[in-house]
Amino acid sequence: MLEERGVWVWGDAEGARNFCGNSMAIPPPDPKFVLRGTGASVNTLHFCCSDQEDWNPILFSGSANGQIHIWNLKTHRADKVLESHNKQSVLWIHTLQGRNGLISQGRDAAVSTWDLSEGRTAVIDSIPLDSYGFCQCSLMQEGVGHYLLASPGSTSSEVKILDLPKKTPVWVLKPPADAKLGMPMCLKLWQPPSGSRPLLLVGYENGSLTLWDLSEKKMLSHLACHNEPIMCLDFDPERAKGISGSSEKLLSSWGLDNQQNLKLQNTLTLVNAGIADTCIRQDKKILATAGWDHRIRIFGWKKLKPLAVLQYHIASVHCVTFSDHVVPSERLMAAGSKDQRISLWSVYNKP
Amino acid sequence: MEPEILEVHCLIKQAISTLSSSRDRAEIIHTLQSVKQNLRGPETANPSPQKKEFLKTYYSHFLQVLTNNLSVDWLQLLPVNQEKELLDDFFLNGPPHEAFLVLLDTITATRPSLRQERCVAILEQFLQEDRMAQLIEEICLEYTSPHMSSLQETLLNKISALPDHMANKLEKDNRAIFYPENYYPLLGQEMVLVLERIYEQLKGGMDSSLFFVSQLLGKVCMQGHTDAVLHVLVPRLTILTQSDCIWQRISWRLVENVPERWMENVVSGFVRLSAGPNVLSRLLGNIVLKNKKANFVLTHKFLLLQYQLKVLKKLLETWSNSSALRHTPIEQQLYISKAIVIILAELSDSEIQEHKRELLSGMMAGVECHLDSNIARVRQLGMAVAECLSARVNSGDHRLKFEYAEDDELRELKSLSNPRHLSSWEAPPQQHKDESSQLESGQSLAETSLNPVESRQNSQEVQDSESASELDSDDELIPYDLSIDTELQRNRAPVYISDSVEVLMTSADPEQIEITLKAVENLIRKNPTASREISVQLTKVLLHLEDKFNISGFTGLRQGGLVAITVTDTIPVTQYLTTEFYAVNYSLTQRLDILDVLALAAQELSQPDSSQRATNESPSIQLLKSETSGAYNPSQQWKKIIEKRIENKTRRFTRGASRPEPEAVPNRLSPVAGYFFFPLIRNYDRPQTPFDFLAEESLIMGRLIHTLAIIMYFSVNALVAIHMGKALLDFIWAVRYHTDAYVRQGTLFAVSSVLLSVPNNILLTEVPDELLEIRCWLADVAENDADEGCRRSALQSLLLMENFKKKLGVFTE
Repeated sequence: MLEERGVWVWGDAEGARNFCGNSMAIPPPDPKFVLRGTGASVNTLHFCCSDQEDWNPILFSGSANGQIHIWNLKTHRADKVLESHNKQSVLWIHTLQGRNGLISQGRDAAVSTWDLSEGRTAVIDSIPLDSYGFCQCSLMQEGVGHYLLASPGSTSSEVKILDLPKKTPVWVLKPPADAKLGMPMCLKLWQPPSGSRPLLLVGYENGSLTLWDLSEKKMLSHLACHNEPIMCLDFDPERAKGISGSSEKLLSSWGLDNQQNLKLQNTLTLVNAGIADTCIRQDKKILATAGWDHRIRIFGWKKLKPLAVLQYHIASVHCVTFSDHVVPSERLMAAGSKDQRISLWSVYNKP
Repeated sequence: MEPEILEVHCLIKQAISTLSSSRDRAEIIHTLQSVKQNLRGPETANPSPQKKEFLKTYYSHFLQVLTNNLSVDWLQLLPVNQEKELLDDFFLNGPPHEAFLVLLDTITATRPSLRQERCVAILEQFLQEDRMAQLIEEICLEYTSPHMSSLQETLLNKISALPDHMANKLEKDNRAIFYPENYYPLLGQEMVLVLERIYEQLKGGMDSSLFFVSQLLGKVCMQGHTDAVLHVLVPRLTILTQSDCIWQRISWRLVENVPERWMENVVSGFVRLSAGPNVLSRLLGNIVLKNKKANFVLTHKFLLLQYQLKVLKKLLETWSNSSALRHTPIEQQLYISKAIVIILAELSDSEIQEHKRELLSGMMAGVECHLDSNIARVRQLGMAVAECLSARVNSGDHRLKFEYAEDDELRELKSLSNPRHLSSWEAPPQQHKDESSQLESGQSLAETSLNPVESRQNSQEVQDSESASELDSDDELIPYDLSIDTELQRNRAPVYISDSVEVLMTSADPEQIEITLKAVENLIRKNPTASREISVQLTKVLLHLEDKFNISGFTGLRQGGLVAITVTDTIPVTQYLTTEFYAVNYSLTQRLDILDVLALAAQELSQPDSSQRATNESPSIQLLKSETSGAYNPSQQWKKIIEKRIENKTRRFTRGASRPEPEAVPNRLSPVAGYFFFPLIRNYDRPQTPFDFLAEESLIMGRLIHTLAIIMYFSVNALVAIHMGKALLDFIWAVRYHTDAYVRQGTLFAVSSVLLSVPNNILLTEVPDELLEIRCWLADVAENDADEGCRRSALQSLLLMENFKKKLGVFTE
């Protein structure tokens, strides 16, 4: 079945090539390589490539059967497989202090921290969460070994900020009761370049976006940018500009003005509905979206110019992320899909 | 007797005798001048007693004598340059009514002659010098004296009918001033003059009567010259009444005094010609309260503002009356609907809320009986009116909202629900423009409110492009080929017909069902053998398929599939469908679908094989699918059929190059037409049928008849056509005076299809008596039916029968 699909993709690419013989358009690239064997749909991905120069770049993947794979990107094989969260689906993973620590969020409503140093695979701590939803947490480093974790709170629309490793709740952000925002769907915790207080972006079930000042527990701005639940968002602090995708066909970019007001900048209508994940590359040149229509799309970040539609997966793409390679030309993009495969791509890497 | 008066007596007597006998020029001139002395006198408020006496007693008589003398030789006695002075002045300076009467009498009593000609000339002069205004004014002044009434009556008739008198008498020699189009505006002008003089009198504190002016106005309006007179009168009054209350009172009294029997014409003229409701109320005042007739005219016939509520209720009563709906022509219903919508727009919210319950109950009943109607136009009319009603009566979310396609008629109706602004009266030609621009702005408003994201995006984009510099763009990134980014198709269409049956029966995946449904018609047509194996099963599945997922074009797709399977495996499928039509537990829609499918399949079979259509397509055969993209309604087909038939019979002298003769193929419908027809017609009155066709369900009855007629029409040239025709005629005889117009239309269509499809000679030999009866019935319908469509198609059929008779004539010879 898979091979047949592969052939079909190839044939299609051939056709496209012939079709565009005279025009400038080049056919989209194929994946650089593909990682198989997760045994369940891939929900989340995280690269770790730049912490030590001589170490192999690795990729963490979390899948729906509770396994966390640590992929060696030299050998293209899984170095280790961690069983976690009582075989419940892994929602989100992130590294702590390079590759020696890991934090994972599962559908068992718990966040686990792992010690991976010197070959260990032990859970250090497990923090119970209040929400059984699908909202991914967001992590921000405050100092060495000191983190803030944003997680969905106990009542609807509420977001809780925890201090790690102390596990103590620092702030609870409650929107006004009459706002009717629904559940939080995605979070993004970030520090403005000016270095002042951390800010939090929350995308809600009703399609609106809010910006919070954490230390004042105050909602700074509110923007209704979608008509359907916001599925994902990413933010570029340099340009003070972000992107959000929802379950509809619309991709919206919005900006923050000097008064910390969210303003809609640009919207783009896609061919098929549903964007599961979006990620802006570290160099702020391109952004990628993971579509429910099995396709990964690449856009120019400045003007949301459509650049590429990558077709490889045969089921919804759940997550997409860019690697943190030090050398720009080595940078990769990874996408995980419901079809249990992780595709790795090299796009727009030429300087 | 006073000496002066005696003197006058003598003088006049002598003058008259001189004038009638003398032929001496000097004597006549002298006499005339001396009489004239009397007539002239000093123009003061108190004329001399001689003049008074002369005018009162002798003026009329003297004028008669003068007119009698008007012959060629007598006139020659007068000096040419003094003729006017000596003669005409007598007529133009005396009491105008007497002069008028004498002149008119002379004109009407004489044959064409110099005398008549002279009188006509003087009368012309009389009109040109505004003597008519003088006349009217004088009659008005003397209105109070009782002996004037018969004189008034005479004058009224003569003045108002002057153009008729003149035209009758003078025939070709009539003068332009006596033409109605000139005379009546002049009369209007004169009335304005009179009113102005009366105004002066009132201002001077004198009493005055308008009665004669009103009478004259009424009489003239009654004779159908409303517009001519009022076109002069109304604009002038509009200006004069603007700020002067005396003028307003004059205007009110003018209308008020019009005798009741002429009131309607006058008031309707005012309503039509006054510029807007403000002006009208200024001109008419509170006439509605004072005059019953005016009240009736304004509130019942014209439906003006203050009495709207009562009128609205009455109208609603009619509107919601199902019997009225059935028996009145649609134009009348449209008129009533428009009136309702206009009144609704004019009423204030508080008034509506006060009578909410009555309005609501009227609306409910009306909606019910409109929606019950089988005529689409009536239904839509009902829906549109109900929407307007509920928009006014209900607040918030409880408004009625129907789904229907808006056409020009409904748009016009709905546009009436926006009350016309008072300002729009000043410049009526721009009215239309205003409205449309309002509509547009409304639309754009709605758009922006609907799609805030996009509109904001637009403005943002503009800003973006302005602020973004050349450097800040994605241009250095070259896009890959984006053409593969197409809509995702998750499922593949089935390849085998049995697979599609499987999918349609079991699948719960909306996309899978949609793709299958789209493919099923092609699959059936591509592989008839495989389709025949499961034809009845497939038919059953398709017939019971519900549009659970709101698939676009569902009805059309399903219908396409059903038609294809019916054509492919005709006999078993038609047997199944015709049985199911009368079976229990089917919805109305399914039964109607069955009828549609049968009609469409019959049409397809009656035409040359579809596989050959591609090679030699003849434009005269219209393909099914070219008609409409969505669901196809064959009951509308019959109009086209008749039109096409007429078109075919029309001989055209210029034709393009003759097409190659289409290849002859056997008629596929001919052997199976009976399977379509007889099971349908056989069972309608069986007791086991789930509903009573004849009594209720007139919609399905109408559709059944239409379908039968369509099958009949397509069975032309089939051998069974005569049997089918006989059965159909029998069938429709029972329902020929059905109360529902749609059923009647069906029966008429059936008659014409029988006349068209069954060969004439066979029809005449087989059913001569029925034909005669049908002819009487058709004549009756063509004359008396309330529905215009029925009348037209009855006429159409009568024409067919007429042609028939001609042919028969040829035959018997």
